[in-house]
Amino acid sequence: MDDKKKNSKKPKYSQFSQQELPAWKPILTPGWVIATFITIGALFIPIGLIALAASDSVVEIVDRYDDQCVPDDYGQNPESYIQNPNVKKTCTRTLKVPKKMVAPIFVYYQLENFYQNHRRFVKSKSDKQLRDPDDEDDTHNCFPEDYTADDEPIVPCGLIAWSLFNDTYKLSSRGKAIDIDKKGIAWKSDMEAKFGSNVYPKNFQKGGLIGGAKLNEKIPLSEQEDLIVWMRTAALPKFRKLYGKINTDLDAHETITAEVENNYNTYKFGGRKKLVLSTTTWIGGKNDFLGFAYIAVGGLCLFMAINFILLYIFRPRRLGDPSYLSWNRQPIA
Amino acid sequence: MKRFVYVNDDDLSHELYCDNRISNRKYTLLNFLPKNLWEQFSRFMNQYFLLIACLQLWPLITPVNPASTWGPLIFIFAVSATKEAWDDYNRYLSDKKANEKEVWVVRQGSKKLIQAQEIHVGNLVWLRENDEVPCDLVLLGTSEPQGVCYVETAALDGETDLKTRNIPPACMGIDSDLLHKIKGVIECPQPDKDIRRFDANLRLFPPFLDNDVCPLTIKNTILQSCYLRNTDWACGVAVYTGNETKMGMSRGVAEPKLTAMDAMIDKLTGAIFIFQIVVVIVLGIAGNIWKDTEARKHWYVLYPDEGPWYELLIIPLRFELLCSIMIPISIKVSLDLVKSLYAKFIDWDKQMIDLETGTSANATNTAISEDLGQVEYILTDKTGTLTENKMIFKRCCIAGTFFGNENGDAVKDVELLNAINTGLPDAIRFLTVMAICNTVIPIKSPSGRVSYKAQSQDEEALVRAAASLHMVFVNKNANILEINFNGSLKQYEVLEYLEFTSDRKRMSVVVRDCDDGKIMLLSKGADETILPCAYAGHQTKTFSEAVDQYAQMGLRTLCLAWRELSEVEYQDWSVMFKEANSTLVDREWRVAEVCQRLEHDLEILGVAAIEDRLQDGVPETIETLRKAGINFWMLTGDKQNTAIQIALSCNFVSPEPKGQLLLVNGKTEDEVSRNLERVLLTMRITKAEPKDVAFVIDGWALEIALKYYRKAFTELAILSRTAICCRVTPSQKAQLVELLKSCDYRTLAIGDGGNDVRMIQQADIGVGISGREGLQAARAADYSIGKFRFLKRLILVHGRYSYNRTAFLSQYSFYKSLLICFIQIFFSFISGVSGTSLFNSVSLMAYNVFYTSVPVLVSVLDKDLTEKTVMQHPQILFYCQAGRLLNPTTFAGWFGRALFHAIVVFVITIHSYAFEKSGLEEVSMVALSGCVWLQAFVVTLETNSFTLLQHVAIWGNLVVFYIINWIVSAVPQAGMYTIMHRLCMQPSYWNTMFLIVAAGMGPVLALKYFRYTYKSSKINILQQAERRGGPILSLGNMEPQPRSTLLDNDLAPLSISHSKNSRNSVFEPLLSDSPNAVRRSFGPGATFDFFQSQSKSSSYSRNKDK
Repeated sequence: MDDKKKNSKKPKYSQFSQQELPAWKPILTPGWVIATFITIGALFIPIGLIALAASDSVVEIVDRYDDQCVPDDYGQNPESYIQNPNVKKTCTRTLKVPKKMVAPIFVYYQLENFYQNHRRFVKSKSDKQLRDPDDEDDTHNCFPEDYTADDEPIVPCGLIAWSLFNDTYKLSSRGKAIDIDKKGIAWKSDMEAKFGSNVYPKNFQKGGLIGGAKLNEKIPLSEQEDLIVWMRTAALPKFRKLYGKINTDLDAHETITAEVENNYNTYKFGGRKKLVLSTTTWIGGKNDFLGFAYIAVGGLCLFMAINFILLYIFRPRRLGDPSYLSWNRQPIA
Repeated sequence: MKRFVYVNDDDLSHELYCDNRISNRKYTLLNFLPKNLWEQFSRFMNQYFLLIACLQLWPLITPVNPASTWGPLIFIFAVSATKEAWDDYNRYLSDKKANEKEVWVVRQGSKKLIQAQEIHVGNLVWLRENDEVPCDLVLLGTSEPQGVCYVETAALDGETDLKTRNIPPACMGIDSDLLHKIKGVIECPQPDKDIRRFDANLRLFPPFLDNDVCPLTIKNTILQSCYLRNTDWACGVAVYTGNETKMGMSRGVAEPKLTAMDAMIDKLTGAIFIFQIVVVIVLGIAGNIWKDTEARKHWYVLYPDEGPWYELLIIPLRFELLCSIMIPISIKVSLDLVKSLYAKFIDWDKQMIDLETGTSANATNTAISEDLGQVEYILTDKTGTLTENKMIFKRCCIAGTFFGNENGDAVKDVELLNAINTGLPDAIRFLTVMAICNTVIPIKSPSGRVSYKAQSQDEEALVRAAASLHMVFVNKNANILEINFNGSLKQYEVLEYLEFTSDRKRMSVVVRDCDDGKIMLLSKGADETILPCAYAGHQTKTFSEAVDQYAQMGLRTLCLAWRELSEVEYQDWSVMFKEANSTLVDREWRVAEVCQRLEHDLEILGVAAIEDRLQDGVPETIETLRKAGINFWMLTGDKQNTAIQIALSCNFVSPEPKGQLLLVNGKTEDEVSRNLERVLLTMRITKAEPKDVAFVIDGWALEIALKYYRKAFTELAILSRTAICCRVTPSQKAQLVELLKSCDYRTLAIGDGGNDVRMIQQADIGVGISGREGLQAARAADYSIGKFRFLKRLILVHGRYSYNRTAFLSQYSFYKSLLICFIQIFFSFISGVSGTSLFNSVSLMAYNVFYTSVPVLVSVLDKDLTEKTVMQHPQILFYCQAGRLLNPTTFAGWFGRALFHAIVVFVITIHSYAFEKSGLEEVSMVALSGCVWLQAFVVTLETNSFTLLQHVAIWGNLVVFYIINWIVSAVPQAGMYTIMHRLCMQPSYWNTMFLIVAAGMGPVLALKYFRYTYKSSKINILQQAERRGGPILSLGNMEPQPRSTLLDNDLAPLSISHSKNSRNSVFEPLLSDSPNAVRRSFGPGATFDFFQSQSKSSSYSRNKDK
């Protein structure tokens, strides 16, 4: 009896309870560390070079037009120009194709110093309302663009939709128009799941303040691709949004005439507008950062590896030498 | 104030005193919720979280869904409330069980079975054998004709032996049938918690005896929670009931102990909070300025020209909420979780099971395991803690002849046996005193074997030894003692017991030899109290030499003496004794004085020497722990010589010439003061020498020193690594603990008996040995172990691992919160300082709750060094003491690392996801993945040993991260619909991840490697040595002396307040495990420069680097 009682009090043995699980205990030996740094260096530099090459193979035409498209007599006050509905806003730009551009060529508009990520802006939309016509009253995030003066809900509500970009571009080459395909610029998933095919714009841009573009009330939101693209808010104050695609190749040194309708007011806050034509590769558009960063990190790793090798040769230190333990040395009185 | 209890009176005193309902509950049903919430909200962290959660209810400012804070908050509160409620419910159940237990009580003149809670003061209570006593009773009658009963008081004072209790003389001989008609009044003091005193009077009303006042002592009571044993029945009157019993009064709520680490974490939390406020103010002002100068130009955000009155507050509050994650809500949960696991590891440890008794170690307090690794002082009891408390009679000196000197065991000494067989009178008398001068109760088992129940281990040892020398104490029948000597039965009648008290330090019995009617006084006691009582001209020199010789061997000595009394002398004295015994004022002193009148002109018979063996492994344990830099103080009630001998034999102090003992004693203030000065001077001179200096102080001098020379004594305490305090009382033990604690040292008190309880409760960590003196100490302690030697493992293995693990876990928790918070702050600079959250609510919550909590939880399995290595090199504990792995400096390392990693993640993310890829959802997920990847590698780099579980948790967590996000990405309603699918298809996403990992970890790895190899800490060296295999030699035994910093540092004046601060610290950014850094306070004047300059002149670096 007594023995049984004693035994039951004893804890059960297991590797876990005794903290004796078999463990792998690596230490930072010079071999391991130097090898790691060399490996990283050896991997990263080629990858960086490849990324740079890929970025380099992207052909990109960037043309800032907001400053050039203001007539000289408004030069001092571009805002009054852009806000004047009676002035013709069309402006012609000439673009040079530096290298042959293979289709598909993407046409972007680039905005700078535009805070789509501003807290007031980024929240000012209603996902429910965009998806479902029954939820058109769900506008609590949209203030002040939620209801019209006579209390009708605005569809699509909120500041994002209200400020839709409304510059347009027409491209031509040697007098022949280049077709810009505006279909399929938005994400398919957005068109199918986020924007309802039976939700139509309502009371949009009817208030006193006109923000950006107007929407055709006959077309459901799911097919308003410009809106869908615009509503994918950008995280940075400098961003590009897809305007359309060109499905024909452009030859090198070809001159393209771009007819820009300069409607969108960036003058008030000193923003910049650019028209961008770009091809893509596997890393996306032109972006040298990754390539350079890879080369820099790889180079740094190799540099550290070399340093450690030199240290290892010229100041070797035996690992785990017990004579380094202070209590193994006689105290110096 | 007196309390008058009317015995067996149903009408009176019902309302006057409380009934017998016991209540240990903290809450009632009604006050549970408010009281519990109030308690929880008295903690700063909880208040903070509540404030944040409330602010989040305001949609205008909340960056995330309020549920992400309310959920965890309610969960945490519910868990602690449930735990409290469950504990309280269990207390309620056990109270209820005790309250509803049925007892026989006299009501309206007849015995009735009622519930224990209905007992009132004055009720007569009947108990049967093995019943638990329901309240404090004054004994009135028992089944034994002599009016005694036996009680077991283990639950009260932890002593396992049986104690006798007598009925008051006035009640002697009352027939059991008449007992329930008894009437009378008891005059007793107001309830108190002293379980050794009960000075009261009893007066019975007619027809019972006369009107005489009969004195009552604690011997006439049976107290609540004792058990009635070996007695058929007993009857008593309730004097104290319910929570007013002696037991109920002494039941205090132990203050919850806070570890040094918790305090440090609280401090760091406070620092982070201040940092957060600064960030919020700066960003809030910047945000408002940007809003007024810039944002109004950005027409698309439509800022109204006139805002509400609180407009200026909105942006700062938004940032407050954004930055609220800086203080991780998960840290409390994770810490509670790992702490209970540390405690479980202690409970489960097979190597801490005492094989003799089968008791395993037990961690009663699950919250303070880390403190074990930070112990700087151990205060230990001697008897039963260092020694086995198994007394064995080893040697004796009878009439100048030494026995047992040759073979070390007097019981087997042939000469002694011869002397007894030949009937040498001195030897026979010596044996007689051994056998009957005691309060031992012999218990005859049915098989005829006699076993002894004794209150004192010494008495039991003497009776046993006498028995094996053919003088067997066979029976105690009331006052008649039966002795079987060499087969012939001899009877003695005990006339009086002159009890042992710690002041008298001796006890005597007056017996009458039943054969010849002679009256004898038999005495035994400490030499200094017996030898002066010898008759004039008695040569006691040999005896005092014997005492010295035995004490040198570490034996406990008792002097035995006797005297024949004449009938007249006895009768005269007896009257005085009875009178003294019934005084109400200063009874103890009066009795002692009367005893003194009898105890003179004694003939000294001899000296008995009793060995108290050292426990197994005590010297090794003490040596190892001293090497670990822990200072030992021995606090014992024993006498100086014995204490010093024990101290020498268990490596406590080194023998001359290496060691030096400095005595502090004296009876007057002047003497003590002079001694103290002298000792201090010697200490200061010898501090530079590698000498083992210890001071020895006795209880009397200690009393004076603590009262008048506290400052000098404190300095002495700091200077001396070892101290022996002998003849100290329990409260002095507690005072010493308090003294060391006030110098900001981590103290551990270890003991086994009831006299150690106060010290154990007072110390930062109390360890109880579940030993022979009962379980009282073990019950009061935070940890209980079976043997002293397990202390080594408890501190070096469990304490050290717990400390290391918590140090990593807590700092890591801050690191990961800071990392994500810094990214939010950086993002605010490119989002118009408007307080936009880069991350969505789900990601933020999951980041804190899953992605970063799970991998780090398995760090409870991490072991930097194997147990074997730690045991061989206990010096390594130095890194745990004084918080060298968790302090503002190491924390600054983690802070810097968080900042660096946040920059890496943020810069790489916004540059590689620029232009057409800069969608908010994508950038957010890239940054989040970057953080999760980095933290996986940080945990990997900081883990020393990888078990299967670690691999699963670290890498499995990464996999789970992707699985969760793939699932969320498949929900059309979610904001991040299809985002993760898209990202995972992009080569540039993976390129970004690898870049973040390489750029974030490369420098950290390089720094760590550099320090690991070229500026390695002792832990690193041992790791390297251990992993390479082969023996690790420990050449010398130079102990790291943490406090030598103070001693060698002439810049620091010898004052207590500097003792901690002057320890050096080394600032090492980025890398967190800077071992040289130490705890330092945030106190005013504690500037950084101060510490830098301190570190240069500190001696610890001398120890380390030269």
